[in-house]
Amino acid sequence: MIIQEQKPFDEILQSLEGEEKIFLVGCSLCATTCQVGGEDQLKEMEGKLKEKGKTITGWIVLDPACQAVEVKKKFRERKEEIEKADSILVMACGGGAQSVRENAERIKMNKIVHPGVNTLFQGEIIRGGHFEERCSLCAECVLEQTGGICPITRCTKGLLNGPCGGSSNGKCEVDPERDCGWDLIYKRLKEIGQLEKMSELREAKDYSKLMKPRTLILEGDKK
Amino acid sequence: MRLREAFESGKFALTAEVAPPKGTDLSHVMEEVEVFKGRVHGVNVTDLQSSVMKMGSLTVCHLIKDKGVEPVFQVTCRDRNRLALQSDLLNASALGIENVLCLTGDYTTLGDHPQAKPVFDLDSVQLLQAAVKLQNGEDMAGEKLEGNPKFFLGAVVNPGADPLEPQLIKMEKKIKAGAQFFQTQAVYDPSIFERFMKEASKFKVPVMLGIVMLKSAGMAKYMNENVAGVFVPDALIAEMKETPKEDRPKKSVEICARLIKEMKDMCQGVHLMPLGWGKHVPAILDAVGL
Ligand code: SF4
Ligand code: SF4
Repeated sequence: MIIQEQKPFDEILQSLEGEEKIFLVGCSLCATTCQVGGEDQLKEMEGKLKEKGKTITGWIVLDPACQAVEVKKKFRERKEEIEKADSILVMACGGGAQSVRENAERIKMNKIVHPGVNTLFQGEIIRGGHFEERCSLCAECVLEQTGGICPITRCTKGLLNGPCGGSSNGKCEVDPERDCGWDLIYKRLKEIGQLEKMSELREAKDYSKLMKPRTLILEGDKK
Repeated sequence: MRLREAFESGKFALTAEVAPPKGTDLSHVMEEVEVFKGRVHGVNVTDLQSSVMKMGSLTVCHLIKDKGVEPVFQVTCRDRNRLALQSDLLNASALGIENVLCLTGDYTTLGDHPQAKPVFDLDSVQLLQAAVKLQNGEDMAGEKLEGNPKFFLGAVVNPGADPLEPQLIKMEKKIKAGAQFFQTQAVYDPSIFERFMKEASKFKVPVMLGIVMLKSAGMAKYMNENVAGVFVPDALIAEMKETPKEDRPKKSVEICARLIKEMKDMCQGVHLMPLGWGKHVPAILDAVGL
């Protein structure tokens, strides 16, 4: 799940300056779960923008926004409302906002696209509206060595060889409210009888695997 | 006598710490170093300690070496990636700096530039491994070096960590990676140090007891609340509290001397962190006969 939150309304308003007619786009997946880009939020945004004198030419919740086919299909269906608008405000993650811009452009519906949310992290839904980061998408998963707890993400410094000197009573030096990832790993490894894994020297990570932008094309889809 | 020789000859090793200035005025550092001269085997120079922007450790190491003092170059992984870290190790070697203390480094948000991008490309264990590789004539990428550096590699450990076992596991890894001596986080409770040394002495690598000079009761309380694994017993806090301001340096010296006496037979040296009270360091050493 891509965890996201709405940008401050004033910032959104500022980005729409000089534009009068706006088309709103949300997303049925992460943005809906994070309560920024579902039907309810789009309606709410519509109301708030109208109050500020904007005209909403229409809105749509894409299913999902990060899929090229979906954007193109739905945009063709809603062509009239979109063409009338000065710009599109996307209430979905940064990936969704770019997918909207890119695919609209591909079908010659070239519109200015504004991001309405800040994209935070890839997270787990702990419950309802409580999300926590568990994986940093590091391209070389080491969970096997760390009792299923990610040191790259749960340790603030992303250390691979055990806790720093700042670990104290299970908490991290940066914040007494924050669990020390290495304390969690230590306890888990001990519990499952794999503490010896903590003694193995871990090589420095290969950051060349993280060179951006990353692309993956499955075998069957290669031209 | 150099730090390496002190350990090799079985002498009780002494180091003290200075912090580079925030700015270009080195007078305070140089005054402290003059005071330490001839009394300690090495002087640690901190590397943007507590993530506060300051003059760099390497430059100050070089300048104090020119004054005839043996520097201990502290290197953290917070601000440099593996290219810059290895390069700085070569820089140190070119300047004749042999002692390198490899640390992870405090997190960026704890300092005065919380917005800075934290690096942590390597951790302290990997930094030690990199230094050993350089000594053996190649860099982390396996490329041959023209001329090898030579280091005396140190690392840190926190005897007060709770639980202690993960610290000990990491300590052992640091030794496997190349650590030749350890300096500890500040210890104020001999029973904590004893519990730690019972385990750590098995590794047969010299350990230097870390002592931070207490400046006031408030500072002690602050450390108890904010510095991981540091525990100042209530009795010491009370002692500082009862002491009028002008007598505090004397009191602090007395406490340090007492702590060193109580713990010195358990370890191979002492690392003094006076936090700007460097001029009182000789009094501590006099009091313990070192
Ligand atoms: S090691 Fe951590 S960041 Fe890397 S892929 Fe696994 S869970 Fe994600
Ligand atoms: S205290 Fe624990 S979580 Fe925090 S940086 Fe150190 S090892 Fe990582």
